[in-house]
Amino acid sequence: MTLTLTHYLVLSAILFAIGIAGVVRRKNLLMLFFATEIMLNAANIAFAAISAYIGDLSGQLFALFIIAIAASEVAVGLGLLILIYKKYGTLDLDKFTVMKG
Amino acid sequence: MENLLYIALFAPLVSSLFAALFAQSQKNLLVGIVASLLIGVSFVASATLLLELAQNPKAIHANLMDWIVVGDMDVRFGFTVDQVTAVMMTVVTLVSTVVHIYSNYYMEHDRSYNRFFSYLSAFVFSMMVLVMSDNFLGLFIGWEGVGVCSWLLVGFWYHKKDETRDVNPSISPSWAANEAFIMNRIADLGLLVGIFMIYWNLGTLRYEEVFAHLDQLSHGLMVAIGIALFIGAMGKSAQFPLHTWLADAMEGPTPVSALIHAATMVTAGVYLVIRANPLYSTIPEVGYGIAVLGTFVAIFAASMALVNRDLKRVIAYSTLSQLGYMFAAAGLGAYWVALFHLAAHAFFKALLFLGAGNVMHAMHDELDMFKMGGLKKEMGKTFLYMGLASLALSGIYPLAGFFSKDTILEVAFNEHTYGIWFVLWLTAGMTAFYSFRQVFLVFLGDERYKKYGIHPHEAYNWVFIALAPLAILAVIFGFWKEEFMHFATQMLPVYEMSEHTHHMVWILIIVTTAIAVSGILLAYFKYAKGLKRDPKVENSFAYRLLSNQYYIPILYENAVSKPYADLSNIAWQAIDMKVVDATVDGIAKTIEKGGDVSRQAQDGNLSSYLKWLTAGLILVTLIAVASVAIK
Amino acid sequence: METIAFYIFAILITGLFLVTVMSKNILYSMSALAAGMVLISGLFFILGADFLGAVQLVVYSGAVMALYAFGMMFFDATRNVKEKNSSGTLVFLLSGLSAVVLVAIFAAPSIGANIKPLVTGAKGLDNPHVIGEVLFTKYLIPFEVAAVMLLVAMIAGIILASKKMDKSLSEVYIDTLPEEELKEQK
Repeated sequence: MTLTLTHYLVLSAILFAIGIAGVVRRKNLLMLFFATEIMLNAANIAFAAISAYIGDLSGQLFALFIIAIAASEVAVGLGLLILIYKKYGTLDLDKFTVMKG
Repeated sequence: MENLLYIALFAPLVSSLFAALFAQSQKNLLVGIVASLLIGVSFVASATLLLELAQNPKAIHANLMDWIVVGDMDVRFGFTVDQVTAVMMTVVTLVSTVVHIYSNYYMEHDRSYNRFFSYLSAFVFSMMVLVMSDNFLGLFIGWEGVGVCSWLLVGFWYHKKDETRDVNPSISPSWAANEAFIMNRIADLGLLVGIFMIYWNLGTLRYEEVFAHLDQLSHGLMVAIGIALFIGAMGKSAQFPLHTWLADAMEGPTPVSALIHAATMVTAGVYLVIRANPLYSTIPEVGYGIAVLGTFVAIFAASMALVNRDLKRVIAYSTLSQLGYMFAAAGLGAYWVALFHLAAHAFFKALLFLGAGNVMHAMHDELDMFKMGGLKKEMGKTFLYMGLASLALSGIYPLAGFFSKDTILEVAFNEHTYGIWFVLWLTAGMTAFYSFRQVFLVFLGDERYKKYGIHPHEAYNWVFIALAPLAILAVIFGFWKEEFMHFATQMLPVYEMSEHTHHMVWILIIVTTAIAVSGILLAYFKYAKGLKRDPKVENSFAYRLLSNQYYIPILYENAVSKPYADLSNIAWQAIDMKVVDATVDGIAKTIEKGGDVSRQAQDGNLSSYLKWLTAGLILVTLIAVASVAIK
Repeated sequence: METIAFYIFAILITGLFLVTVMSKNILYSMSALAAGMVLISGLFFILGADFLGAVQLVVYSGAVMALYAFGMMFFDATRNVKEKNSSGTLVFLLSGLSAVVLVAIFAAPSIGANIKPLVTGAKGLDNPHVIGEVLFTKYLIPFEVAAVMLLVAMIAGIILASKKMDKSLSEVYIDTLPEEELKEQK
């Protein structure tokens, strides 16, 4: 049984779904960030796999840029989290309903 | 030459805009003077063009700008001055100039003096567009423009209250204005349909091109176009059954009646028929229909004029009747005769109306002729002018009306349409009778006005000087018949009288003059010595029928206006309120309720938003998969 | 050999990430996430993307997780957020459905059937070399933009986090609390 692209893609899909589950399920803002990281990594796996199997380097480079974006996101996101925590004293999503229509 | 054309066209517009600047302010004599001068300039330009054309019979074209250029459609703001246009322009601007000057006197004490001049000049501009345009669409613009100005001017004293028909047959100025406007709208639809048919089948609206390609049209189509255009003409020229608005339009100030509802605007229909002569020449059966209708209107209107007591209404009916003459001539193919009568009629009818304006002023806006009488003593000059105009209208040699009307009768005779001839001949007698009944009732006999404590006064001398051109033309215009014929037939078809008619012509003249003179004599014996009212006659069915305009306005009101109002009420209450409004309200309510329900989703919780987001993601992905799979 | 490695990695990553998502304790979550990241770099090495694997290790497992770890110090990690899971079935349905759909799409044979490589890089060089070559030729502008973005993110992070740095977090928090809650806490 040889390893095919599909294996990687399915793994990527499963990890992405785990990320989605985390995003949907958790109420802790920090956990949402973790779940987002999972989803980004899932995408990275897909990119790297496709890059390897097609023989095109663009995939790897895209993954690289995604990592850069993830790093920036974490930096800014954490800064915002800290501000929120300072303001409300909690990270519980259910407490932030100021936008209620 | 083009410059003259533009001066003639745009001087009235400048005048109108200038007057409009002062519309809200106090009476300003400057406005009246400037407006009169500008219209005078327009007249001079028009007359110069006319003389130029007389020497060098080549139509002048001017293209102001492109207007509608879409696909195959190419309509330009093009103007042309040919013989017909030149005559119309000169007549319109001449009468307008006199009326403008006269209005300085007539509207002297009116608080909307400036506004009046603005409207009046705007009317002249519209009329110039109407007659000068070289295509049907430009004509239509002018056509609508004069309609609007007519509406504005008939309803000029819009503040007057509505009254019943017994007190005032026209109810109120604003009512009369609306009636005129709406009735013209109905007819304009006909004109518009005619224009559509022309464009649809020929792809152009320029007169030259349209008339050059008439042979491409089938006969039936040409008949349809001819009828549609004539329906438009019927509205503007107040032909039966769209005639009621003209008499009611007398609610407007008298200069308006003189200019618009006697001399110029109402002749637009005749102008249209004359302009479209190549079309009507190829469909003589429609032409004959027009002639018959014109003849009918001539006697129909004259009969109503016989008994009416209202000074202005008598003249209005006389206008209707004379328009009938013009249509009779045009319908029988004698287009230049129609144009000739149009011009002659414009002069003496405007004069008649302006004279009536003097009388009205003297009588403090009293219009009932039975309350006048013996005004000759106080108003000798007005008597002279109105007498002259009435003589011209009656067709007494050597005044203008004799030549034009007599020629129409000759045409009717020459065409072997003896019925038309007879009716027109009879109408000539009636015309003479009612014209002089009016003159005698107003100026001769016992001074009935004294009972009502009115002190009549003559108008200023300069008013009579201003009116002099009309009076002179009413007298001498007929002698230019030969020149006019040569001039007009460069553009219009020549009309040849047969040998037979040539032999008969003296007899015809004598017969016609005889009935006109007898009409005058009858009027003299009946009314000159004083008013003797005979209740038996006044209560007779025929008299009441005539004085109530054959009950046609009442018929229209009950048969058309009232059912239409009821229908509108039903449409409003049942359809608009219960169906249309309910639907709209229903949509609004549904959306409001839907918003209320879906507002719950907007709970401000990021977590639930993320759930929605995920659901949406799944949905979109599924749709994408499905669309790929289906492909 | 590769297959075995892939499966081991796959199972471990999935398990660790599940722990990340499911764990009540945020410290466990973070540790599992970091471990998963490390293992993902293993996948990259299997795929021959050596450079990417290294970056994954350095940036993700190193920098990002360290950032999270330090960020956690600002929050009271002991005070667990009491999460009320509104409806487990809904969560299960949504994530399950998305998993099924995504897997179905990726497992479909038509995907990638006729993709042709565009950027292949020079032959005969090892992965980091090739990556470097392509990155500094074809992807130079995105690379520079990414650099600027990182700079911006760094400044933003510093500015955002440094507000009211002189006060301890709990102090700031207590200042904003209403009276009754303050009493309760004491």
